[in-house]
Amino acid sequence: MLNDIISIRDITKAEIELIHEKAREMENHVSSGTDKAQGKILATLFFEPSTRTMMSFQSAMQRLGGSVIGFSDTNSTSVKKGETLVDTVLTMEKYSDVIAIRNPLEGSARLAAEVASIPVINAGDGANQHPTQTLLDLYTMKKEFKSLDGLKIALLGDLKYGRTVHSLAYALSMYDTEIVLVSPEELSMPKDVLKHLSGRIPYEEVTRLEDVPNVDIVYATRIQKERFADPNEYERTKDTYRIDSESLKLLGDAKIMHPLPRVSEISKDVDSTPNAIYFKQAMNGIPVRMAILSMLLGVEK
Amino acid sequence: MSSKSLKVSAINNGTVIDHISPRKAYGVVKILRLEKYPETVTIACNVTGGKSEKKDIVKIENRVLSSEEVSSIALISPEATVNIIKNYDVIEKRKISLPEMVENIIPCTNPLCITNHENVGTKFRLEGKKPLLLRCEYCERTMDEKDVEKVLG
Repeated sequence: MLNDIISIRDITKAEIELIHEKAREMENHVSSGTDKAQGKILATLFFEPSTRTMMSFQSAMQRLGGSVIGFSDTNSTSVKKGETLVDTVLTMEKYSDVIAIRNPLEGSARLAAEVASIPVINAGDGANQHPTQTLLDLYTMKKEFKSLDGLKIALLGDLKYGRTVHSLAYALSMYDTEIVLVSPEELSMPKDVLKHLSGRIPYEEVTRLEDVPNVDIVYATRIQKERFADPNEYERTKDTYRIDSESLKLLGDAKIMHPLPRVSEISKDVDSTPNAIYFKQAMNGIPVRMAILSMLLGVEK
Repeated sequence: MSSKSLKVSAINNGTVIDHISPRKAYGVVKILRLEKYPETVTIACNVTGGKSEKKDIVKIENRVLSSEEVSSIALISPEATVNIIKNYDVIEKRKISLPEMVENIIPCTNPLCITNHENVGTKFRLEGKKPLLLRCEYCERTMDEKDVEKVLG
């Protein structure tokens, strides 16, 4: 069974299903809490700030009855003195029962898992992986539509650098789904991801929001300014993909998802429409992370 | 081979890597870290072989390559052959083939990969032989033949 959660590439469809099943059970404990993980400690090693992910892990652990130690700013730690990642992990594992790590260097979570004798969860390693995000995205889709099979999903925005969409596309290819890739040409999906999709599930690439066919879900992501050589090009692109009450009409009943934080990709006036499920999506991070933590700690029963 | 056509002298004991793709001998030297090897290393480039195709040859005196080292040569020259020499005789011919996991031979091209920042060896999973495709076990980025040649520069 799962020892660590490092990359969506390591996780089988059966394991995804098991995590989701456990997450459904955890929904009963979200508001009331449980003592399943009493006496257990989660260490959150956040080498770069991420309020949402870190607090979601902390909240999940506390709802399981466990407690949390950790840092979210390396300025106050030995890392600042030049301590290696391996040494930090080898120390912190003595103080805790499970580690959630975020580090801008890619592959850092894999290395942490190799040296640690306790379970490690990747909470984001640079542009590489953020598997718990993918697991909660899939969970949200499944909850909304009962099953992932048969869904047609548009992935919108920065498909070149956006790690969430890479992992999500990879995971969706395990199911009977169809994908529509919507991005400006300079931010299109990398070839190795397309190669993976080929022969597994149907996909098409479009550049304009107007060309998006009827889909069940639109998964929007942030288009980052720093990805563009020409600032004017950024301004133009960002508005092209902006979802507001007007452009929403093009998307019919499609549910809108977003990993958050959003900047201007989705306008506030979309929030109150039945299409918007991105805040529900963020909330689903709790039962999914409770499921993962309890399974890795072996206290899920 | 007559002495007249012998461009590279035979070695007494050691390893001869023959049929290296033309201009890949320096890559082999780099992979085997022969720059600092204290004994005789002979490098021959663009040698015309029996089949009149050009090839490179590397001869290393008094060193028998490990099977990992032999496999690693396949990264840049899958057609190469490895002969172990003792008393001027070929005592063993080794076939080279790429291992499923290429460890500690080449660095990762991704500057943000953890292996370029911490004291940790590299590991690449072989995802394709022809064309060559390696995936870093850590950062999960892929490297093709061109990338491999670049890092062996």
